[in-house]
Amino acid sequence: MNTLELTIFVFLGSVAAGFLGSLTGLGGGVVIVPLLTLVFHVDIRYAIGASLVSVIATSSGAAAAYVREGYSNIRVGMFLEIATTIGAITGALVAVHLPLSYIAIIFGLVLLYSAYISYRPPKEHPVAGKTGRFASLLRMDGAFPTAQGMQEYHVQGVPIGFGLMYVAGVLSGLLGIGSGAIKVLAMDRAMRLPFKVSTTTSNFMIGVTAAASAGVYLSRGYIDPGLAMPVMLGVLLGSVSGTYVLAKARVPLLRTVFSLVIAALAVEMIVNGFTGRFSH
Amino acid sequence: MSSPQNTAQDKRVDEIIGTLLRTGVILAASVVFVGAIFYLARYGGSPTHYGVFQGEPTDLRQVSAILRDALALHARGIIQLGLLILIATPVARVAFTVFAFTYERDWTYVIVTLVVLALLLYSLGAWHL
Repeated sequence: MNTLELTIFVFLGSVAAGFLGSLTGLGGGVVIVPLLTLVFHVDIRYAIGASLVSVIATSSGAAAAYVREGYSNIRVGMFLEIATTIGAITGALVAVHLPLSYIAIIFGLVLLYSAYISYRPPKEHPVAGKTGRFASLLRMDGAFPTAQGMQEYHVQGVPIGFGLMYVAGVLSGLLGIGSGAIKVLAMDRAMRLPFKVSTTTSNFMIGVTAAASAGVYLSRGYIDPGLAMPVMLGVLLGSVSGTYVLAKARVPLLRTVFSLVIAALAVEMIVNGFTGRFSH
Repeated sequence: MSSPQNTAQDKRVDEIIGTLLRTGVILAASVVFVGAIFYLARYGGSPTHYGVFQGEPTDLRQVSAILRDALALHARGIIQLGLLILIATPVARVAFTVFAFTYERDWTYVIVTLVVLALLLYSLGAWHL
């Protein structure tokens, strides 16, 4: 395969990944690395660099739409960004020294978790009744627009949320993904933010976290322009078109299919990790 | 910003952030696209090399070197400049948020946001530009 052919195939694969990622709410990032390594036999370090770039593109593109609707909580997001950026820099620096087979296996496990989350999306649950100590100190309570006007909500569990966000950051830097599933878990379950607020705030944070990781990868020479180009343009095109379709249709079947695809990729990443296919 | 009393000021901030993000992504994608045309015209027929990791040369790693490369119209440099603009977009958003919190005299969050900005600049290797 010459460069032109590879560029076209990677572009088409990335359009599909971005489209499915945006329809299912998982983001295209989780499938880019398996796609590039398992299908196109790209070195996993180049694959992670290209994936990070696409994560920033989709996050910033989607966030542009969300901030105007007034859902995201900038205070919560910015405070937790301290944890995710430190985590992302840690993860990116660790990735440089970790054997590639370990990265592949960890990636597979995170993929399995993502498949599970995608198959069984989190339920709405009662929001916090009162404000936690740290949340009150940091004035994190907010309000978001509903059909019945502005609805106020309380925030709690800041220390646990902060810890989980560090882990999300490490995984983002290590694997080149947005870690959206863990971010939503932290804000949704631990901090008790309303679902709409936690998903949009998570999306805003994904871009900042990925930028921290991407900075380290860029300065280490892990981001190859020839490979990142079709991935970035493809995922961006796919996710933007996915957003338009999403406004019209609910997609339970597609969600199940995508979960199965992700689970299959996860198993293959883990098997390849153990058989040493990544270690060269 | 996301305080219970959603004022006109908050709306204005949200609008500016939305415009900033959209402009950043569109600009980045356009520069990458232009670079892609140069790149494919020059290297389209060459064999690929991604199976073996070599790491990028220094001129594609550092901000000032990427700028020089792009201005010299090197295809890979132009794409890398587009990617750099993309990475800089969330950073610009954080930088703008510092101003927004300053305007609100919310000093706790001015500090929080400055810490995040410093971490981002650290990751980009700000002191060896």
